Amino acid sequence: MKLLTGNDLKTGFVTWWTGADWSLHIEDAADVGEAGEAILAVEEAARRVNAPYIIAGEATAEGPRPAHIKDRIRALGPTVRPDLTLKPADPAAGDWVI
Amino acid sequence: MYKYDEYDHAMVAARVAEFSDQVKRRLAGEITEDQFKPLRLMNGLYLQLHAYMLRVAVPYGTLDGRQMRMLAHIARKYDRDYGHFTTRQNIQYNWIKLEDAPAILEDLASVEMHAIQTSGNCIRNISSDQWAGAAADEITDPRPWAELLRQWSSFHPEFSYLPRKFKIAVIAADEDRAAMRLHDIGIQIVEKDGVHGAAFYVGGGMGRTPMIAPLIKDFVPLDDMLSYAEACLRVYNRYGRRDNIYKARIKILIHELGADEYRRQVEEEFVHVKSLGIDPPKAEFDRIAAQFAPPALDASALDAIDRSDPDFAVWVDQNVAAHKVPGHAIVNISLKPVGGIPGDASSAQIDLMADLAETYSHDELRVTHAQNIVLPHVRKADLYTIWQALDAAGLATPNLDLISDIIACPGLDYCSLANARSIPVAQKIATRFSDLGRQKELGELKLKISGCINACGHHHAGHIGILGVDRKGTENYQLLLGGSGAEDVSLGTITGPGFDEDGIVDAIERVTDKYLAERSEGERFVDTFRRVGMAPFKEAIYG
Repeated sequence: MKLLTGNDLKTGFVTWWTGADWSLHIEDAADVGEAGEAILAVEEAARRVNAPYIIAGEATAEGPRPAHIKDRIRALGPTVRPDLTLKPADPAAGDWVI
Repeated sequence: MYKYDEYDHAMVAARVAEFSDQVKRRLAGEITEDQFKPLRLMNGLYLQLHAYMLRVAVPYGTLDGRQMRMLAHIARKYDRDYGHFTTRQNIQYNWIKLEDAPAILEDLASVEMHAIQTSGNCIRNISSDQWAGAAADEITDPRPWAELLRQWSSFHPEFSYLPRKFKIAVIAADEDRAAMRLHDIGIQIVEKDGVHGAAFYVGGGMGRTPMIAPLIKDFVPLDDMLSYAEACLRVYNRYGRRDNIYKARIKILIHELGADEYRRQVEEEFVHVKSLGIDPPKAEFDRIAAQFAPPALDASALDAIDRSDPDFAVWVDQNVAAHKVPGHAIVNISLKPVGGIPGDASSAQIDLMADLAETYSHDELRVTHAQNIVLPHVRKADLYTIWQALDAAGLATPNLDLISDIIACPGLDYCSLANARSIPVAQKIATRFSDLGRQKELGELKLKISGCINACGHHHAGHIGILGVDRKGTENYQLLLGGSGAEDVSLGTITGPGFDEDGIVDAIERVTDKYLAERSEGERFVDTFRRVGMAPFKEAIYG
């Protein structure tokens, strides 16, 4: 599967294309197939996303999972500060990254 | 400490206003990210893995309590309650919002700080000896010269768009505590026939092509220092490669030209530059130097230290250094608690260090390239009180220059350039070697970790260095031995095939075990390595 990701312009936070909007949560990410470039062009021009790009991912029981560790860290947060990740209450969240 | 004059204030205020307008235009959609990116980078604002990152300059690593407290305020108000002190003697914030950036720069300007030239292909923050003005072995305080270079290089019209970034260090002691020869220009203030001058080492650096700077001129009269630096930069700016980012640093130019030919061109250029009159009149230098006048320290202060508390005594032995004035000491605050994140400090910790500086260290602090903090002018009689306060705040780890005093870049946990995580490796090594007795048995051992070839973690200069790489999407760690960033400067050598995260920790333990088995009396790790060579270590690592 292919996913779209970028950063929110104002906050810089990592965002994921849901098919209709941008979400902070990788679980909401949609498979864009071959439509990625076209979506990015529209969304970037409208300033709804900053510095967007397309990545490879895989569908898992827990939802979409980026193929590369860098994007998995982007999706969760720093592995060395679980309290600053999007899942601070989940002690096993880091396992998803590695 | 240097205090801004009207020109400094005006320059910084103008830049804050300019960048505020640029942010406004970006948020309004009047400029694109491609147009905005170089503008934000000129103000130290990067877009990293999780958010914008702001790098704030700490000129030659020196700051006062008021400035330190502002760094805590920014962490608390605009970030996530902590900051990260870097190998460039700066501080970085990892969770900055673009819309907050103008307010942050205004806050910084209110205490004579900024983020200008902390990115981009310009002359970056001038670095120096963190013990400047306090070290017993220095011939003079190098910071007035660093400040002169800061003023010269700030908004320098010729050098704002160099082929690549440019780093300068200035020291004034034979012991090199600033990795001087691993800078684009390393300047050592030296003495000859009773007169001070500047030795210029040019073309050092780490990154993907590490090089030790050769000596280009052994004695430049200090009245000519700026002109000589200008000549060095002009030759680079003229001939440095702009067609290939990997060959754009000055070290590549000097390597390709040869040091002799580069020197010849610099000398030729210097004759012309000297005629331009850019070196300041003595009165202007004296004005700057006066602001670095040593604090009034009482040389008759009590020199003895009550060592009856054994934990305090351990800390004194490891983290407290000799001061040039009797009865005083240099306190090195380790930001490397076992299992912690090298260089990180919470807002509360930063505030505490500001308080201690104001109360006990003549209102001065230093940031070190090893990602620690220094209180440079402390009465020995106050050491115990300071230690108690640091200990209560988790800042009294007695590990300066030991194996757990690890330099580590932010790595893949934060940095968009990284290929592998650095911090978890540092944490695992520090935990494996957490026994202080074992660390002290190993003695001085500088371990440095980078998460990519750019070498922000100085892995080439580690007695033990670790380089994180991406091997088919998996983190892998190469091991290097034998580097040094000090006066015995050398570049580490890769041992062989890399390791996974746990494997690299095991490999380091085999290396340190081998060192203990091989060392002669009084040898540090790096001394033993240089004497016996790679072979026995390689055998210990790989069998």
